[in-house]
Amino acid sequence: MVTIKALVEKTVELDNQIFLLKIKSPEIAHSIKPGQFLNIKVSETIYPLLRRPFSVCDVEDDFFYIMFNVFGEGTKILARKHFGDELDVLGPLGNGFNLNGNYDTAVIVAGGLGAAPFPYFIKSLGGDKKIFSFIGGRTYRDVITHGMKNISIATDDGSLGYKGNVVELLNENIELLKSQKLKIFACGPNAMLRALKNFCIKNNFECEVSTESSMACGFGICQGCPIESTKNPDKYLLVCKDGPVFNVKDIII
Amino acid sequence: MSNVDLSVQVGTLKFRNPVLLASGTVGYGNEISEFTDLNKIGGIVTKSLSLKPRKGNPPQRIVETPAGMLNAIGLANVGVEVFLKEKIPFLKQYDVPLICNIAASTVEEYVECTRILTSEDTIKGFEINVSCPNVKEGGLQFGNDVKAVGNITEKVKAVTNKPVIIKLSPNVSYISEFARVVKDSGGDAVSAINTLVGTAFNIYSRKPKIHNVSGGLSGPAIKPVALAKVLEIRQNVDIPIIGIGGIMTWKDVVEFMIAGASAIQLGTVNFINPSASKEILEGLENYCTSQGIEQLSELTGSYKI
Repeated sequence: MVTIKALVEKTVELDNQIFLLKIKSPEIAHSIKPGQFLNIKVSETIYPLLRRPFSVCDVEDDFFYIMFNVFGEGTKILARKHFGDELDVLGPLGNGFNLNGNYDTAVIVAGGLGAAPFPYFIKSLGGDKKIFSFIGGRTYRDVITHGMKNISIATDDGSLGYKGNVVELLNENIELLKSQKLKIFACGPNAMLRALKNFCIKNNFECEVSTESSMACGFGICQGCPIESTKNPDKYLLVCKDGPVFNVKDIII
Repeated sequence: MSNVDLSVQVGTLKFRNPVLLASGTVGYGNEISEFTDLNKIGGIVTKSLSLKPRKGNPPQRIVETPAGMLNAIGLANVGVEVFLKEKIPFLKQYDVPLICNIAASTVEEYVECTRILTSEDTIKGFEINVSCPNVKEGGLQFGNDVKAVGNITEKVKAVTNKPVIIKLSPNVSYISEFARVVKDSGGDAVSAINTLVGTAFNIYSRKPKIHNVSGGLSGPAIKPVALAKVLEIRQNVDIPIIGIGGIMTWKDVVEFMIAGASAIQLGTVNFINPSASKEILEGLENYCTSQGIEQLSELTGSYKI
């Protein structure tokens, strides 16, 4: 965990107003794990004041990537960054996905921008495992397939792929899934994660989810990102420090 | 080596420099120690401790606002027993004055927390968070009630020989009245200010952006308010003041000291720049050198009005 000044290499806009920012930092690129995140100060001024958390999207040599859409002031500024601009980056933060385990097939379930951590995740699996990617969105515009493999798509309005949500699509493929020795890795909106949790419990699938929360610091001191724990109802877990990746059974979503 | 003396005194508490880390922004020291050398800062104020552990509020707990943030953490903390058993050993490794911040729902709870903690040598003083709802008075905050603040100060002082600092709420008409009652009740110093009450709404759902509806506003947005409150106390009551509110840089520290603060606390900045204290201390030293100031403490209350 370090704070460093990192230089922007380039900003790429994917075709659906999703941006990829390539940032140079050997310290972070060589130490970060899939599912971990970075807390980035997008300006030197006090507006916006706080850092913005982004999961690592991909890593290439001395560079790492983040993926985002323009949502508020912070991401508006980020989208305008060019080669040579300096960013104040804090990271790597949190616990990433546990790639180990007794499985042959990694099933990725991503909703909208929940696709962000998976390009690096897939790269890190390194060809040892079979991969199925189930990608969901409200419409075709929300579907992000960047860096994914073996893709199945679900949209709520049916504008692309299966009509329905991504967990319903998993259900459609239940026989295929049950024939695999699998582990599910997911990231997306809470409604999706909730439905996925029920699906995994019902089918006894092992599942890790990457969660999202507002936060200030990203490393445990602000206590701004609580999430309910199933094991201890008297104490919240923190998304930044105990997560953002959890075994789905350990949290109440 | 520079000849500047950065040391300051707050009542009987001596600090090697005026830069303390504020309660609720550094937990119990372990995370921030990865960025800040605790042996170099003036002091550290723990997260508010209550008699029993508190779970705190459900999400959403924080939201950013222009040049500031609102928080409603709900005093989540491990409680005094776990603090003594599990958190103190870590803090003991460092040569840094430790001040325990205490939160409570009744006067008796403030007293009991202080009584339990006072025997621990590592703890050099107490900071009392009076911005807590008084459950026996229908949830009205102690900090908005002059009599209650006087009562807490007196009762807490009765169970400890260590300095007692009262952290004042800015959500009152005249903060100096509260500083006066602290002094008259035997309090050693005041911290000013705690957060300002604020709220924010989502204009589409029309719901508050934080679960608790209102929260405490902190960050640079509140600095002018904090400075005015420090000045008001300085001009009306003879009591040491620890200045808090939106400090981001060494210039802010100088400003607070000129307005009357003997020491300061860094709060929200720790979330953004967890090694801020290092840059601030360097800046203070350079400022003193360039201004021909031998003792930083000369600045306290040196305003020219």
